[in-house]
Order: sequence, then C-alpha cells, then structure tokens
Amino acid sequence: MSKIDIETARRVAKLARIRVPEQNLPQLANQLSGILSFMEQLNEVDVTGIEPMTSVTPMRLKRRVDGVTDGGMQAKILANAPDAREGFFAVPKVVE
Amino acid sequence: MTLNALTIAEARDLLRARKVTSVELTEACLSAIDGADALNAFVHKTPELALDRARAADARLASGEAPAMCGIPVGIKDLFCTEGVASQAGSNILKGFVPQYESTVTAQLRDAGAVMLGKLNMDEFAMGSSNETSCYGNAVNPWKVDDRTLTPGGSSGGSAAAVAANLCLGATGTDTGGSIRQPAAFTGITGIKPTYGRCSRWGVVAFASSLDQAGPMTHTVRDAAIMLGAMAGHDPKDSTSADLAVPDFEAALTGDIRGKTIGIPREYRMDGMPAEIEKLWADGTAMLRDAGAKIADISLPHTKYALPAYYVIAPAEASSNLARYDGVRYGHRAALGKGDGITEMYEKTRAEGFGAEVQRRVMVGTYVLSAGFYDAYYNRARRVRALIKRDFDLAFAAGVDAILTPATPSAAFGLGEMADADPVAMYLNDVFTVTVNLAGLPGIALPTGLNAQGLPLGLQLIGQPWGEADLLNIAQVLETAAGFVSKPAKWW
Repeated sequence: MSKIDIETARRVAKLARIRVPEQNLPQLANQLSGILSFMEQLNEVDVTGIEPMTSVTPMRLKRRVDGVTDGGMQAKILANAPDAREGFFAVPKVVE
Repeated sequence: MTLNALTIAEARDLLRARKVTSVELTEACLSAIDGADALNAFVHKTPELALDRARAADARLASGEAPAMCGIPVGIKDLFCTEGVASQAGSNILKGFVPQYESTVTAQLRDAGAVMLGKLNMDEFAMGSSNETSCYGNAVNPWKVDDRTLTPGGSSGGSAAAVAANLCLGATGTDTGGSIRQPAAFTGITGIKPTYGRCSRWGVVAFASSLDQAGPMTHTVRDAAIMLGAMAGHDPKDSTSADLAVPDFEAALTGDIRGKTIGIPREYRMDGMPAEIEKLWADGTAMLRDAGAKIADISLPHTKYALPAYYVIAPAEASSNLARYDGVRYGHRAALGKGDGITEMYEKTRAEGFGAEVQRRVMVGTYVLSAGFYDAYYNRARRVRALIKRDFDLAFAAGVDAILTPATPSAAFGLGEMADADPVAMYLNDVFTVTVNLAGLPGIALPTGLNAQGLPLGLQLIGQPWGEADLLNIAQVLETAAGFVSKPAKWW
C-alpha cells in the first residue's frame, strides 16, 4: 500500500497535535513507513465475513440510571491544572 | 532471616503468628530500596506513608481479623493513580501530577492492608519492552553476568527489578502486549495477566483500553494467587470490569493436574528460535506430562498476524486515549511564545511532554484511524483480532485446558543494545505474549531455567477466560517441577 512521504508525515503530526521540527520529518516518515510495511502482512489474511472485534469478552455493557452520582469537588479537579483562575481552567485566547 | 526476601505467603504466616511485624518488614524493604538506587526501580519513594500503613496493619493484625495482604510491603507501578502521591506513567507530560483519587486496584490493596513503599519505574505510558522509554531513565535488571547492565524488560521493568532484587515482596504491573510477562521472564520472577475485565482499569492511566489489564508480579505462583485475589473484582466504575465472583485462587493450588490437557501450539515454534528456548519449552512440556497432564499438539493458525494487528490496534487506541494530554487540565504545559494560540499550546506541549516512542505510536494511531485508512488498517486489524481469538476458542472447545509457550524469544538483553534498531525489532519481544491480550485471555509467565550465561528464562501458560484458578494451579505444578531457585547475586 502506501509509503509515508514527508508531506504525509507532516500532516499526521499536525493531526496528532505534535510539533515535529522540519528537519526531523524525513526520519519520522521513514520510521512510520517501516511500521506500516510491517502491518501490510495483515493483507495476507482472508477476513471475508469476519466482523471487526468490538469487545473481547461477550458481555453486554452494564446500564445505569442516568443521574448525578458525584460532584462538588471543583478544587480537587483544578488542583493539577497548569493554569486555573477564578474556578476555571485557563487557556490562551481561542477566539479573536 | 532476611525479611525483605520473604515470599508473601511466608510473610503472611509470620505476621499472623505475630512472629514479625509489618513495621519490621517495611523497614527491611525501605532500607533495601535505599541501597538499590543503582537499579532505578523505585522512582517515587513513600517511606512515611509506608510506615503509617505498616503501623495500621500491625494494629489490624493484633485484632485478629486481617486479610492475606495485610502488612505486606508492595511496590506500585507508576501507571496507577495513587492519591496524594506522584503518578506520572513514566512520562514528562505528567510531571508534577498528583492524583486526587486512588485507582480501584491500589485502593483494594490498601484496604486489604498492603503497604505501599513507592512508585515503580516503567516505560513511558507502558509503551516499550525494555524500560528505556521512561522519563526517569532506565530501570536496571538485578541479574548481571558480565560487564553489561541488562534491561529488566518492559513496560513493568521497575516492578520486575524491584521484586527480583527483594526490594518489595510483590508489585503491581500492567500488561497491554506482554508488559507483565516479558519483564517477569527477564528477571526470574512470576507475573500473571488476568482475563480482560478481571481487574478494574479505573484510575490506571490508559494506554490501549481494550487490551490493558493489571496483575501481580511476585516471587512465586502462590504469591501471585494471593495478590491477584486482592486486586481482582467487579468495579462499577469500569464498565468493562466483569461482574463475576473472585474465586479463592490460593485454594485452587491443589497440585493435581492429572487429566488436564496442555496444548503446544506449533505456530509458536518460530524460525530461528534459539536452541535453549526450544529446550526450555520441551523440558516444561515433559514436566507437565510427568505430572499427569495430556499433551496435545495444537494449531493457532493466525499467530503470525498477532503482532501486526496489535501494532495497529494499540496505537489507534493510544492516539485516542493520549489526546487528553493537552496542557489544559493537568501535567505539563509548554511555555508559549508571543502570539501563540491554543493550537500552538497543544503542539508544543505534546512535543515537549511525550518521548520519541510515544510520539511515534500516537502518530501511527492517528494515521491508521484517519479518513481513507480506517478500513484498510484499523478495521482489518480488528477482523484479524477476531480470528486470533477464534483460534483460541476452537482450541479450548476441543478440550485444551491450558497452552504452554515460551514467554520471550530470548533472555534479557543489554540496555542500549537496541538503540539503533528499527522500532519493529523491539516489538518482536512481544511475539509470544501479545496474542493473549488480543484474545483477552489470562497468561502467566514463570521462570523455569537459566540460559548458558546464567540468565533466567521463562515459560508462559495461557488459560481459558476466567480460568485463572486452574491456570495458577497448572503453573504451580510447573514451578515445583522446574525447581527454579536461582537469585541474582547482589552487585548494586
């Protein structure tokens, strides 16, 4: 299938929200290509009529009442924030 | 009596007989830990908390009614969130993160009276097979046969090194593709990954949610049975945790495996398998036969596709799970330049916070989930995963009780030896273990021999879903027959 070129590596890094310096892109593209060509083996398998696995144990997920079970711990939730102000998480300006 | 070298079972009996106190045990471990900085196993030490808990455990033991783990000093992998104690998953992106809550597994251990000594080194976000991707630097294997320092394996490398070096009586590990069993094999200890859903994942930093499971790493099979009993159980906070009663695993250790059928999968006999691994496997097979088990050659035809399927599915899930590390709610946030907006904050934070292997896997996951490739990679891998599970289902349906395989393709290798290798070469460490995660089965690794250089080698037994009790019993029979008693000579 596909070999990862530098342009694709740049796009993947962007989608993953990881800044990759321009000079590192060729090596990244190379490594991603290596990993993907390892995955190409999967094309040898006949998967006709096989459903993709969604759950490894044949269990029905439990249901619960859609109600409030916890809360009222603003200070705890903000305790690890890099920047919290006036009871909120603070981030750089999002809207101009 | 070297208190820190006791098994959990021995320590429990001495504690209950009031012949030793938890404070004495804990102090012995704490001083062993302080003398073992060269192993870099404990990365956050909690001696005061440990002594508080030890005193409480002693009080509980004095009152008579105490669970098996009461007063037992253990180490906790850094992946488990522990209230008020740094929990970084071996990553710089969680530097300074102090959870406000306790994971279910460590809460259960705490409530059973176990004494946490500190947090253990690991590969960053559990992604690695040598503990070399850790933000804390390498954990080191206490086994040493020449001038090289060896990897304890990964990702639970700190846990394995700590138990093998008698720094704690047992440790928690987690296993997504072999991260309990490979380090156990590299350090001559026992490690079990239970059936998916046996232990709650709540409060365990997520890597690949459909594969991650916690389990104990201990000196003996009996200890694994005792510690797993305290870790396992249904948890409403993890929707994939199984609402099943936890059997008395220790009581299942009858030593009788007559009439059990042990499958030997022919696809695990890899090309170029070292002769000593082949012999270890054959010897283990003979031991189980001598103990009265029936040996059956079986086929698990999709085995060779397990690694490529895993390296699609695990990074896909990781890319989604690790999206939460964005510098907003916890952990590292990059210093921003003038005019930087929120996108720059995400990109710089994640570039600074994630190490190279984590970045690579997040990007692989992003790629295989991206439009146009989702079907070709991700859905195809999930179909292959269904076939891998079906292979096991068919073997068990044909009467196989457990499956015996090597645990790893080699003994522990030198730290740094794989530095220039292709990432895929490192992934091959998981070749015998990764099928078990994909199929959600329980698997246990235990030491059964030494290689020519004197390094431990392990075998793996794979059990039926929810069949940990039976699996542990078979493992203990193998343990007894193998009589592995070697310990690393202290050099650190």
